[in-house]
Amino acid sequence: MAPLLVLGLALCLSGTWAVDKGNFKTCEQSAFCKRQRALKPGESPYRALLETMELTNTRLTLQLINDNNKVRLLLELYRLQGNITRVKINELKPLKPRYEVPDVLIREPTTEPLSVLSQDENGVVLSLGVESQRVIISARPFRLDIMEGSDVLMSLNSRGLLAFEHLRMRKDTQADPEAEKKEEADPANQAETTKEEEEKVEDGMWEETFKSHTDSKPNGPSAVSLDFSLPGVEHVYGIPEHADTLRLKTTDNGDPYRLYNLDVFQYELYNPMALYGSVPVMVAHSAQRTTGIFWLNAAETWVDISSNTAGKTVFGKMLDYVQGSSETPQTDVRWISESGIIDIFIMLGPTPKDVFSQYASLTGTQSFPPLASLGYHQCRWNYNDQEDVKSVDAGFDEHDIPYDFIWLDIEHTDGKRYFTWDPHKFATPKEMLQGLMDKKRKMVAIVDPHIKVDGNYKIHNEIRSRGFYVKNKDGGDYEGWCWPGSASYPDFTRADMRAWWASMFAYDQYEGTMENLYTWNDMNEPSVFNGPEVTMHKDATHGAWEHRDIHNLYGLYVQMATAEGLIQRSGGVERPFVLTRAFFAGSQRLGAVWTGDNAAEWGHLKISIPMCLSMGLVGISFCGADIGGFFKSPSTELLVRWYQAGAYQPFYRAHAHVDTPRREPWLFGPENTALIREAVRQRYTLLPYWYQLFYRAHVTGEPVMRPLWVEYPQDLATFALEDEYLIGRDLLVHPVVEEGARGVTAYLPGKDEVWFDVHTFQKHNGAQNLYIPVTMSSIPVFQRGGSIIPRKLRVRRSSTCMEHDPYTLYVALNLQRTADGELYIDDGHTFNYEKKEFIYRKLTFANKVLSSVNLAPDAKFTTDSWIERIIVLGASKPSKVTLKTADGQEKQLEFDFDASMSVLTVRKPGMNAGADWTMTFQ
Amino acid sequence: WLLFLLLLLLSVGVSAVEVQRPRGVPLSKRQFYEEGKPFTCLDGSRTIPFDRVNDDYCDCQDGSDEPGTAACPNGSFHCTNAGFRPTFIPSSRINDGICDCCDTTDEYNSGATCQNTCRELGRKERESLQKMAEIAKEGFLLKQQLIHEANRGLEDKKAKLGDVQGSKKDLEAKVEALRTVKEAAEQPEREAKERHLKAWEESARMAEVFLELDDDADGFVSVPELLSHSELDPDADGSFTEAEAQGLLGGVDKVDTAAFESIWSNVKEKYMSESNADTPAPEETSREEINEPVSDNESDQYPDDDIPEDEDDDDEEDEDDDRDEHEYKIPPTARTEEKKDDDEGAMPPYDQETQNLIDGKNAFKTELFNFGFGICFRNLEKEISFDFGPSSEFAYLYSQCYELTTSEYIYRLCPFNRVTQKPKFGGSETNLGSWGKWAGPEDSIYSVMKYEHGTGCWQGPSRSTTVKLTCGKETVVTSTSEPSRCEYLMEFTCPAICQEPPNLEISSHEHQEL
Repeated sequence: MAPLLVLGLALCLSGTWAVDKGNFKTCEQSAFCKRQRALKPGESPYRALLETMELTNTRLTLQLINDNNKVRLLLELYRLQGNITRVKINELKPLKPRYEVPDVLIREPTTEPLSVLSQDENGVVLSLGVESQRVIISARPFRLDIMEGSDVLMSLNSRGLLAFEHLRMRKDTQADPEAEKKEEADPANQAETTKEEEEKVEDGMWEETFKSHTDSKPNGPSAVSLDFSLPGVEHVYGIPEHADTLRLKTTDNGDPYRLYNLDVFQYELYNPMALYGSVPVMVAHSAQRTTGIFWLNAAETWVDISSNTAGKTVFGKMLDYVQGSSETPQTDVRWISESGIIDIFIMLGPTPKDVFSQYASLTGTQSFPPLASLGYHQCRWNYNDQEDVKSVDAGFDEHDIPYDFIWLDIEHTDGKRYFTWDPHKFATPKEMLQGLMDKKRKMVAIVDPHIKVDGNYKIHNEIRSRGFYVKNKDGGDYEGWCWPGSASYPDFTRADMRAWWASMFAYDQYEGTMENLYTWNDMNEPSVFNGPEVTMHKDATHGAWEHRDIHNLYGLYVQMATAEGLIQRSGGVERPFVLTRAFFAGSQRLGAVWTGDNAAEWGHLKISIPMCLSMGLVGISFCGADIGGFFKSPSTELLVRWYQAGAYQPFYRAHAHVDTPRREPWLFGPENTALIREAVRQRYTLLPYWYQLFYRAHVTGEPVMRPLWVEYPQDLATFALEDEYLIGRDLLVHPVVEEGARGVTAYLPGKDEVWFDVHTFQKHNGAQNLYIPVTMSSIPVFQRGGSIIPRKLRVRRSSTCMEHDPYTLYVALNLQRTADGELYIDDGHTFNYEKKEFIYRKLTFANKVLSSVNLAPDAKFTTDSWIERIIVLGASKPSKVTLKTADGQEKQLEFDFDASMSVLTVRKPGMNAGADWTMTFQ
Repeated sequence: WLLFLLLLLLSVGVSAVEVQRPRGVPLSKRQFYEEGKPFTCLDGSRTIPFDRVNDDYCDCQDGSDEPGTAACPNGSFHCTNAGFRPTFIPSSRINDGICDCCDTTDEYNSGATCQNTCRELGRKERESLQKMAEIAKEGFLLKQQLIHEANRGLEDKKAKLGDVQGSKKDLEAKVEALRTVKEAAEQPEREAKERHLKAWEESARMAEVFLELDDDADGFVSVPELLSHSELDPDADGSFTEAEAQGLLGGVDKVDTAAFESIWSNVKEKYMSESNADTPAPEETSREEINEPVSDNESDQYPDDDIPEDEDDDDEEDEDDDRDEHEYKIPPTARTEEKKDDDEGAMPPYDQETQNLIDGKNAFKTELFNFGFGICFRNLEKEISFDFGPSSEFAYLYSQCYELTTSEYIYRLCPFNRVTQKPKFGGSETNLGSWGKWAGPEDSIYSVMKYEHGTGCWQGPSRSTTVKLTCGKETVVTSTSEPSRCEYLMEFTCPAICQEPPNLEISSHEHQEL
């Protein structure tokens, strides 16, 4: 939830509704970005000093020198396991250490041997070990090319935009030893460089003012920048969070994409402005190859993208092609960060899934959420009191709509003091939680990282007395303005602070809580209402480091400490559920993310798809948008469409601003209640599929919700699709996101594939644009021929109530009349799956035999669930269906065959879901 | 219907006999489930062997083959609930581990340990129904009285209105006469007021100009100081000489404030304020300031906009202190208005003459009021025009007010007038809506009152209140809440809404489900 603060005036006068861009910096207003962006390509001052090269088995080091100022850099190059190359560049002898991002990599990556293939005075050729991959280091100017065979996969500093602002003494206070050194080294250049430096000083190197805020910059300029060329690439993705298209745009004519976690009030769509979270990972894709760049830097970062084909029409491209004169398409990318070092991981694919697993090997995979958190969440700022919670809970039962979590926003606390309850409105929280538990439902309460400065508040006193607060530039506790009024911000970068924070979630510390209460971290960018760009001053300090260095990491640490608290309170048994608004690379390990304070507008419904797809590509699968839109009040049609679309997105939560009218699902007449009920029920029938996909994501790092090109990497028609997507591999969703829609056109991929409408079972061929007429009840979803999807059709009032229910298997046959799928079952909420307590089975249909085979023979788990029905789509009529169970028993099964739709329904086979069995269709 | 239910419950013990039938089937449908005979889905869609009834697999589209299991998504389960009220629950609640039927029959295979609470519930409900029936009975009696009184009152008022109308001509003549007198009295008052105001403004401007002219702030306006204002050149020939300036100052080199007053007429017409004359562009205005003059310090917006929330929202007693400490900016419009008020307050009192005239006018006003014609007439007409219910049973609420005090506020409902909220510990009253209309559902339109167009909400709609009426002997506000921001809900009991207790005989033939 964001500050409630529209400039009422602007609203009244203009009637427009948008972000106040003036609150946030453009590149031009951000001194380092302006400085760096002003550099011209092709004038790189950097030269590799080949004579300094040292190669151990797995590590190459080499010095680079800036010929303009003679400052030397140290380049380190590693070959990492799984086809990843790491390049680190730091100052050889920095005045003081520069920040290197901790706690994001899950471990020190495993290195592999490197060897020199050849070397002369112009450069070095190294072997990367596999697939004839080589790295060529050119000396003058410095440049690094990664080759496979004769193809260049990626080039670094190919445009000569490497820039590394070395730390220096402030000239007006002290003599600059660097300058003196320069003088000795290169008197000819002296006049010029001095002049250059002086010019730079004017550019806000030592102080920068934005609006009324001055950034003191005691360390002076410290930016780093590097360019990458991607030959053959026309499509790049990732670097969330932006409210923009899935395929990233070129930035030549505007601002670069910005990565700087900010609480943006009423964000604007199709815009490179920074939002709440940052993952500095870009994925590049072409029909030949998928690669990725992970720029490990937590400071404010800007990313420029340009392309030599951008702006060319299809006709122009065709002309090039016919004339044979075309240059290879190429995308050039440039990263600029305010401080820290250059530390990049080049993930070389070659497939999309390889890139996902490469990235997962560095930063980990999606946390495995409790099953219930994949159900529906009912939130509002605010449910007013216990009575309110009770009546909303009862409303769901009365209208027979399932839900798993009800949420409490900031008003539940005692005066915005987190870890407390309002003594009047929530006087007996345990009673309330017990009431929910009796219905097998759960609750989430908000805990934000800003702590009310109040001498009577235990949390504040403890943090202050332990010295755990972030400090301002003068060394006192940093104070800013947030929901509680004056607030301070715990220094979550400290491990001891995080451990203390985690301990506050213990049931005896956080009074009134029970095991069905989970947590929501909002405002953790951090949001500071009266800070520069509504966040913390960059010259605030976290121990030895400035906030400038760690900014984008703060939110991750908040969620990390909170998730740890939920784990610890259960003695390490229960999986946590923590929702966060701010995030960074690695946040996927900690819980769920939502797209922040969106609005009740059709455009915001539409953009929820590319926003979550972008996050999925860089590891964060558990993503969703506020159903209905946070600000403003949705039309009934928009609300219904949003419930329908949200039912098929990973995190499914309705939320609303405090100033909007109530919008619980039953407030819009019986017809709309029925439409919403049906959408939520569809979600619940598919929970087994969602759950197993999250298990897969947890194991492999593959996104749950994915763009079509991930599964059809050679199909150019899919590269820019963002109005439809896949859930896993097997469900294609094209939600209705247009007002008054009469139909949608879905692209069904796969030349030799077929797709089945999951509602009508109608079969459609792949590789076509299919027009689907829609009514208000339509949610166009298709199951891929060749897949088997388990569902639970007995939808109950919460997912936990459905735990022991039987499965129905949907077997969709492809043209070869085969299909396969998986079934994953565990207890749904503990870490016991790590102790192999689960069922994981492979379901296969081939040669008219459907079978269930154990994929994890060493795992143990028993379930009461059984198989109640098998529905075969695209089937022919058998004469008999025989089930053979593990004990050798055979029995004939009854079935129904619908010849018009070629749907075969096998009645009540009845075997346990965890057992081996085969079913023969003769 | 309450009484009907009561009867139903009372008779349960006598007539309920457990009859063999498949689990979850109500007695009324028993005949469709005949042991051993093929079962036809109740929608007639297909026929299945009887052993497929309640075999935990859904065969019928309408769910009718699985009344006792959770197999059908659209099925329903019948709980007999002996001792209490029989009911249907969705079949998805069978064996979900949650006790729904008080007779525990829905959880026969889930491991949930449910207690049979039907008798207890039945007893409680009977008690509460009995109580409600008594209330309804007494309330209804009260209502009859109210109707009687209302009718009498209405007749009185109508008669009074008639009287008033009868002597209308006389009254109008008298009023006309009064009006003439009043206008005669008011005319000098208005003029005096205007004079006073003008004089006040004039001297304010004079002071301002004096201060502006007095560059060296020595308390005198001198010739050199005057010379910098070339617009004051009396012959406007482009050269403003010292002699000319001296002339303006009445022939002296400098004047103090008192002397300035006497030469003011020489200066005031031509004088151009320095602040208007030369407005230099502010130095170093940053780009965004130029672009957005509205908000020069955006970071302060957050607290700004938070104010109204604090003001009309409930909890934070300590917010006020916080605000002072941290310089909440008051939204521009609000501040301007306040300032205006202050300025007016700063104006010195009227001179005696003006005051006399004002007093004179007030005397006339009072006379008019005492005469009571206008108000009386209008009120009577208004009161008679209200919809006080089919038998005017709500008329007694008119011109009454009912209060409810919560932990923070005093809520006040004045039926047919308005609803207000006042902080318990000081602060101004907020209008939560003025009488709008009866807004109950079609069959009981008088069960809900709607009060609308209250004080506007920051950025939102104006406040409104829905008042739900329930039958009670007392007339009292029982609860208030704010389900959505600025939309209030009030529970209100009164006898006027009580319905006539149903005739005891009506319900007996509806016995089915026992």
